[in-house]
Amino acid sequence: MVVDAGLGQFGDLLFESALVIYVFAMILHAVEHALLRRTGAEEESAARVPVAAGATAGTAGMSGTSGTSGLSSEGAAAAADLEDTTEPPAPTRRPRSRAERFGRTGVSLTVLGFALHLAMLVVRGFAAQRVPWGNMYEFTAAISLVAVGAWLVVLRRRPELRRLGAFVLLPVIVLMFLAGTVLYTQTAPVVPALRSYWLAIHVSAAVIASGILLLAGVASVLYLLRRVHENDPSKLTWTSRLPAADVLDRVAYRATAIAFPIWTFAVITGAIWAEAAWGRYWGWDPKETTAFIAWIVYACYLHARSTAGWRGPRAAAVNVVGFAVMIFNLFFVNLVVTGLHSYAGVG
Amino acid sequence: MTSTLQAPPGEAGPPPSRPSRARQALALARNTWRGLTSMRTALILLFLLAVAALPGALLPQRTPSPNAVDDYLTQNPTLGPVFDDLGLFDVFATPWFAAIYLLLFVSLIGCLVPRSFEHVRGLRAEPVSVPRSLARLPHHARSTSGDDPDAVVASARKRLRGWKVAVRSEPGGVRTLSAEKGALREVGNLVFHLSLVALLGGIAVGKLFGYEGQVIVMADGSEFCNAGIYAYDSFRPGLQVDGTGLDPFCMVVDDFRATFRPDGQPDSFDAAVRYQDTDAVERGDTAWAPHDLAVNDPLRVDGERVYLLGHGYAPRFTVTFPNGEQRVGLIQWRPVDQATLLSEGATKIDPPGVTDEAERRRSQLAITGLFAPTSSGGGLVTSVFPALNDPEVAVDVLRGDLGLDSGRAQSIFEVDRNMVEQGRLVRVARENVKPGGEIALDNGTRIRFDGVENWVSLQVSHDPAQTAVLIAAIALLGGLTLSLTVRRRRFWVRASPAEPSTTGGRTVVSLGGLARTDRAGYGEEFGRLAAELAPPHPDAGEQGRERPDPDVPAQDEREDDDGR
Repeated sequence: MVVDAGLGQFGDLLFESALVIYVFAMILHAVEHALLRRTGAEEESAARVPVAAGATAGTAGMSGTSGTSGLSSEGAAAAADLEDTTEPPAPTRRPRSRAERFGRTGVSLTVLGFALHLAMLVVRGFAAQRVPWGNMYEFTAAISLVAVGAWLVVLRRRPELRRLGAFVLLPVIVLMFLAGTVLYTQTAPVVPALRSYWLAIHVSAAVIASGILLLAGVASVLYLLRRVHENDPSKLTWTSRLPAADVLDRVAYRATAIAFPIWTFAVITGAIWAEAAWGRYWGWDPKETTAFIAWIVYACYLHARSTAGWRGPRAAAVNVVGFAVMIFNLFFVNLVVTGLHSYAGVG
Repeated sequence: MTSTLQAPPGEAGPPPSRPSRARQALALARNTWRGLTSMRTALILLFLLAVAALPGALLPQRTPSPNAVDDYLTQNPTLGPVFDDLGLFDVFATPWFAAIYLLLFVSLIGCLVPRSFEHVRGLRAEPVSVPRSLARLPHHARSTSGDDPDAVVASARKRLRGWKVAVRSEPGGVRTLSAEKGALREVGNLVFHLSLVALLGGIAVGKLFGYEGQVIVMADGSEFCNAGIYAYDSFRPGLQVDGTGLDPFCMVVDDFRATFRPDGQPDSFDAAVRYQDTDAVERGDTAWAPHDLAVNDPLRVDGERVYLLGHGYAPRFTVTFPNGEQRVGLIQWRPVDQATLLSEGATKIDPPGVTDEAERRRSQLAITGLFAPTSSGGGLVTSVFPALNDPEVAVDVLRGDLGLDSGRAQSIFEVDRNMVEQGRLVRVARENVKPGGEIALDNGTRIRFDGVENWVSLQVSHDPAQTAVLIAAIALLGGLTLSLTVRRRRFWVRASPAEPSTTGGRTVVSLGGLARTDRAGYGEEFGRLAAELAPPHPDAGEQGRERPDPDVPAQDEREDDDGR
């Protein structure tokens, strides 16, 4: 098997570019979020301080990222903020357009990052002459790609969820950063046990399911935070600009409902492959055990969501636990525990 | 599943007289059963199962890795034995783990059976009649039509092909149509859960009637026959397997080839084997079928599977005794470093023609030490590469009593240390030798290192229920996909004759829709149906239809259908 090292390095370059662009996209989304909070606060204050209202909206754009969450809910503070500003207030007809522009640019950057990210995996695949998820670096890169892809699909169907952007990109960036530093491995062929068409089938399914479940986990975490705010508006005020709790809950459920059969498929194909490679279809290898636990937890989530008294926060907490098990499965089982799935190629 | 643990109203009231003991016991049994089959209990059991499986991921387990358990026990002398007593190193074989999943499956079956009957009844029942006020439903529309009510209902019926439809009449010439779709969701749900039960049954049958045996075979044309437990180095029988009646197929390992990448990573493993299945063995055939045994490509014969699990080296020594007689020693040495295949072992040789037991126990030989497939050279031999590029052995030759007659079992890879400590086994030479090299002992015995053979480690597995488990798993996946993707929804049409004064048409058409599951998206479909069946009238200003939101179902629409 010939490995094209030059091509592999080009892939790494694409990976780094995608990561940097995601970071920019996340910053833009964060700015959008901050602006939304500002304008929201100022709409409230506008009712009380009508004179300052128009001008305040303009300055909010200028000092966008300097989040003053404690102050922003106070109309007087917003007015004080205005007096400190020496720049002439920019007249803005539609107060939200600036936030929207940031958000839209963030989405465009995300699409660009996704394209580079996809190109990276394609290049890596050609460089190694195999599917590009043969070690943990590639596997993690692929999971993040699916997570971003799933996020873009959600955005296409529900553009109003755009303000979640920063929160979806954050775990993606963390994962990719870890992939590029701790988990990084050079392009190389895989060991004989991995040379099977099941690598393409089983691992792809695991990658797709994990990526979508990442999105579901983020939605459930935000749901729980948002509910705290909805129950007591003085708490976690920054979540007030997130979509409503039940919207987040629905995103989490839908993502899990799509990912769960894919995860089931991944486990089943894993068992079929294990039968051919290791002599048994199930042997309680640490990875198999953790996959089983994750499967049970997600089954719990789906059942909890249709059981009276378990809907809402309890079910969401289960989903977050499921997400934690997936992360544990990815890092702990691959890096710490020695098992048959120790293909990380790290260290 | 019943979501309440309370007795139904009939039994809840205070009984007029003291109930008999039998009745009390019956009530207790019934309530226990109801509790066990309730959704909440099932959910808690499912949680418990996940929690109980956790030690299986966190701690080493005896089944896949017994050595790791021993290491853990030596490293944790206080906690280790406690964990061991709790069965935490064998989680999936412990009674408490079995208790949880058995309770879960009893709960599951107790819920599934009545639910299946109910679903069959439901399939035969007619769609529910049209609610009085369609405008209160989450999806609704209203328009007028130039056709009469019968024609409106007939065209709706035509449009709703594939739906379960019932047409009814209401007083005043009103015609209604009720339609339902998505019964497959519940079918999928039931199939999924029934497949789980079947899957567990299949696994149980495999554990009862399956077996697994491991054996090391020299790749020099040596033969292995699945004739009985004695043919194996280790054998793990199922609970109902006594080792008799195995399918006696035979195989010969002719050759083994491993290739490695320059960095020492393995690139491929192939064993060239020939085999005869049970029929051929019993017929006494002389023809052998060739097969290339490789990783990911087991040999499947007679319901058994033969796997290539590992490989290693066996150095071949020829010992020429002073009287000119020769003995060949060839036995597998075990790899101590998987990356370089540095191996250790002990080749044990009995002197020829010695009849005196005491003399024999003074002159047994053991060639023990390290083998390097690609030697580092120098005085301290180690291996730098796993392939046979520059083999060398660094051996001690021991002479004396090997302790083979002591009755104690001993490792084939080591000499009995007791014998060495007692001075009954003494080192007589220590040398590094390359193939062709010789070691001369003081009594004129010469030991030649002839070369190296490959050995392969094979596993034979038998599981009669494996195919059944696969089928159950596929059914499970199909059922699961159906139950999560099919949407149950209802659609209603009420066609009422218009008041004579109304302009625009002869019939007022009211439509209503209700999605009965969490999967939203019914709004879009309803919008399409409504646009065809009740196109908005040009001058029906006040009857503006709601904008069909593709995704967001109304709050009350998320009626739960799984855990009543």
